[in-house]
Amino acid sequence: MDYNFHWRPVFKKLPDLLEAGLLTLEVAMLSMIIGIVIGLLLAISRMSGPKPLRIFATTWVELARNTPVLFQLFFFGFGLGAFGLHLSPYLIVLVGLSFNNAGYLAENFRGGFQAVPDTQLRAARSLGMTATQTYIRIIIPQVLRIVYHPMTNQMVWAVLMSSLGMLVGFRELSGETQFFASQTYRIFEYFAMTALIYYVIVKIVLGVSKLAARRLFRY
Amino acid sequence: MSDSVAFFSEFRATDLLFLGEAAGRTLLISAVSISAGTVLGIVFGWAISASRFWGVMTIGTILDVFRSVPLIIQLVLFYNFFPIIGLNLDPFASGAVVLSIYTAALVAQVARGGIEAVGQPMRRAARSLGMSYWQDLRYVVWPIGLRAVFPAWVGVALSVVKDSALVSVLGYVELLRASQILITRTQEPFIILAAAGAFYFAISYPLSKYSQKLEERWAS
Repeated sequence: MDYNFHWRPVFKKLPDLLEAGLLTLEVAMLSMIIGIVIGLLLAISRMSGPKPLRIFATTWVELARNTPVLFQLFFFGFGLGAFGLHLSPYLIVLVGLSFNNAGYLAENFRGGFQAVPDTQLRAARSLGMTATQTYIRIIIPQVLRIVYHPMTNQMVWAVLMSSLGMLVGFRELSGETQFFASQTYRIFEYFAMTALIYYVIVKIVLGVSKLAARRLFRY
Repeated sequence: MSDSVAFFSEFRATDLLFLGEAAGRTLLISAVSISAGTVLGIVFGWAISASRFWGVMTIGTILDVFRSVPLIIQLVLFYNFFPIIGLNLDPFASGAVVLSIYTAALVAQVARGGIEAVGQPMRRAARSLGMSYWQDLRYVVWPIGLRAVFPAWVGVALSVVKDSALVSVLGYVELLRASQILITRTQEPFIILAAAGAFYFAISYPLSKYSQKLEERWAS
């Protein structure tokens, strides 16, 4: 083994890498928030929407689940270029991840809704609650409890998937790493550090989710 | 005779062949990684469930790292690490190695779930019938556990087919990379991407539906 490891350039850029890590976290969080909202809408319209809406939602879910994420990013990045729509790298990743999250979460939500017994809905309605009230106060809190764990997993996936930003020119943690690595040719060292940062980010996400679960689901 | 070189040219019939070959390469690297990763993953899953403390502490922790670091980072990292230890692997080999370990990390969890789905009373019953440890594994744990987690395994296998697209970052010309090359030449992004997406969809959708059906049938 006649390779000399040079870690100093990596440590010099560590603040930049950590900052890029925050950008990764930001885009993952935003895509999760958008994904949850759209995912809920998709799940509800798949279960009780009019037929065209149901077909639309099903198509979305199946496309998101059955094609590679990278394909989805390329599609939003270059495919839409055919219609003269050019998104910035940040938007490509945000839109692509939101599309993917919404598809996966919609399936989780659907499972969650089906796990809440119908009697809950009927009981709430017979107490005089409106349909909207029933959903917001009775059904969704129970669904949230069921889908909390899958949602945490999806958040971890969102963090990991955002690394594909590297391939569409987005300078989040991976893109930034590649940029620095190609400047110095210390590819192994930079990517080892980035792997460590991703590991820490994922552990933080899981830890925060565990703490939040303890507060949210006390009863 | 024209003196200008055509940078962009239309989509030709031979391009379909190019895409087809690339799709074959996607299938090849997926098949290799899924087979190797499944075997490794079952061994790891068994080791973790057989020795709870040490298994989780050693193999469990290492596999957890592979699940917590983006695949694309793992690919670049190992592709640049192999030459350091004196191995000169081509993009296919290093891609297949990394993808196999990644698959093993996912399958280990599934396998562990399958083994734990069998339950201690059943296994004690098997042992008290005079079966050896390996007979118990082969004739009791394997058939019951397989049923419990087969749909989950199909899910993992399909996600590996989709994730194999990332090996393109090492320069391995699989389907998505090939479509990108064609897009650069033909400037026809929508149709080519749609074709590539349709290929993945055509593999993934029927299999995922099938495993869903199996899951429903076996659950009842």
